[in-house]
Amino acid sequence: MSKKIIELKNIAVSFDGEPVLKSLNLSISDGEFVTLLGPSGCGKTTTLRIIGGFITPDDGDVFFDGQRINDLPAYKRSVNTIFQRYALFPHLNVYENVAFGMRVQKKSNAEIRETVSRMLELVNLKGFEKRSVSKLSGGQQQRVAIARALANNPRVLLLDEPLAALDLKLRKDMQTELKNIQKSLGISFIYVTHDQEEALSMSDTVVVMDNGEIQQIGTPQDIYNEPENAFVADFIGESNILDGVMLKDYLVEFFGRQFTCVDAGFAPNEPVDVVIRPEDIDIVEPIKGHLTGTVTNVTFKGVHYDTIVDFKGFKWLIQTTDYYPEGSVIGIVLNPEDIHIMHKSAYSGMFGDYSSYSEEFDELGDLQVSAEGILSAEEAAE
Amino acid sequence: MKLLSRIYNALIFTFLYAPIVVLIIYSFNDSRNRVKWGGFTLDWYADLFQNELIMESLWLTLEIALLAAVFSTIIGTMAAVGIYSMNGRLRSLMMGVNNIPMVNPEIVTGISMMLMFVAIYRATGLLQPGFLTLLLAHITFCIPYVVLQVLPKLRQMNKHMYEAALDLGCRPFPAFFKVVMPEIMPGIITGALMAFTMSLDDFVISYLNGGSTAQNLSVTIYSMTKKPITPEINALSTLMFGSVLVLLIVVNARQVHDLNKQKERR
Repeated sequence: MSKKIIELKNIAVSFDGEPVLKSLNLSISDGEFVTLLGPSGCGKTTTLRIIGGFITPDDGDVFFDGQRINDLPAYKRSVNTIFQRYALFPHLNVYENVAFGMRVQKKSNAEIRETVSRMLELVNLKGFEKRSVSKLSGGQQQRVAIARALANNPRVLLLDEPLAALDLKLRKDMQTELKNIQKSLGISFIYVTHDQEEALSMSDTVVVMDNGEIQQIGTPQDIYNEPENAFVADFIGESNILDGVMLKDYLVEFFGRQFTCVDAGFAPNEPVDVVIRPEDIDIVEPIKGHLTGTVTNVTFKGVHYDTIVDFKGFKWLIQTTDYYPEGSVIGIVLNPEDIHIMHKSAYSGMFGDYSSYSEEFDELGDLQVSAEGILSAEEAAE
Repeated sequence: MKLLSRIYNALIFTFLYAPIVVLIIYSFNDSRNRVKWGGFTLDWYADLFQNELIMESLWLTLEIALLAAVFSTIIGTMAAVGIYSMNGRLRSLMMGVNNIPMVNPEIVTGISMMLMFVAIYRATGLLQPGFLTLLLAHITFCIPYVVLQVLPKLRQMNKHMYEAALDLGCRPFPAFFKVVMPEIMPGIITGALMAFTMSLDDFVISYLNGGSTAQNLSVTIYSMTKKPITPEINALSTLMFGSVLVLLIVVNARQVHDLNKQKERR
């Protein structure tokens, strides 16, 4: 994982005067599983299409293996794409779909036969050669799309929300399978998704994007444990984000109280955003707590309870396996490693307050996000 | 109430089709008299096929219809692909332009083309009214029908399919023929059939643009009615009615078949 296979330098794109990407820089190593993660309209699909050769950037350079490929058309690039909703060729059967790229390259029939059967084995579709693709289930079509793209022996595989149309169970299985395929082939995968869990569980590197800009690049652990700003902290998992002041290294003040923490390198008395993950908070008796608050809402989530607690008018989300009824007064203890400090950013104050939290609101929000995700992807495609 | 609506329907169909039924019956009438039934005969059909004037214009009609169908299908398909890839406002503008010839009175389309051809002929000596002008006129008025058949097929297609072909190493032109063409083929064929039918039974535009040398069947029949009418015309009209009917049934059947197939896919 050392050689850079793809590099994007100062990429800028706008559609109809709307900037979609603003000076994006990204490099991807050979054999790396990189996920572009972000909400709808953040520019992740556009980034993928630039690498695929379907969009030419207004500004900046695209490098493939050290060569500038801005002007290289899609059909000459050694990358292959798995499109949203697969884009299989309905007039061809499974065999011919997988063989398509090799037929274009005028490979011999024997070689085509050998590769197709190897690819169908790789995606567990042996014996489906003669089937019509329109008669396959969503998951099977997905597998044909993977086989078709990999049959061309790409150096990099681009995947544009490939699992978005599958149901939850199938999606989980395919995640594992894709990860295994990537490992066994040893090629780079660039994976676009708006599903943070998918990103965390599959990737070597996660690139969090919003508003046409990269917010953070890092391993899944980095992204989760050391979010760069309030946007990342809120988009990846749940976060309570508070205003604080960094008094000096390893000492932060919020809610009128000083806490030791593990962060350093801030200016003395610098205003900061403090992130506290809901699962890191320990609940104790009120007198023993660093802070005391009142439970205002409890939701059973299976493994834990989502407990909303009011601390001096600011509502926190605490995830706990113990049940504390509405109205009960609790204390909390924060250990130094539970507290994460971030510099102030444009996103400060926008996220991390659970005052408006309710189950209905949450579900409604999720629904909108997924519907928008599909819409914006379609728009971006045009 | 139901009875009433049935009677109403029956009346409408009677008024619409009674004249044609009468025409068909009298094409088998063994008498020159148009009121009296003189027994069944196929003589008029035999006469028809020996009438050189009619046979000549029949061949011309078929030639024009075939060529017009081929050219308008090629041009119309290209136009549809172009319109499909345009963005919002330009696309609706082009669709408007495409629809004008269809809602425009035929006489206006016919006269305007005639004037243009005459002007070109006067100025350059090219395009003397005749076969070529007739063909050009037919191609022109057939194109919009092809566009209207092909465009919906393009819209139904997964728009990433063409990109997928490029992605797999196909150059743009082969990608279109290998991937897009098979998808929109049903629309192209239906469009060609419609163009053929339209060309086959056109009168107004043909009358104005064929000059004196290129007369298709409709124009020939019209000129025959100026002299005392022979029942040959009945026979000819029956044949034309029959062939257009068959073509329209084929077009309709294709569209129904297509709709069913789409429902199946969902």
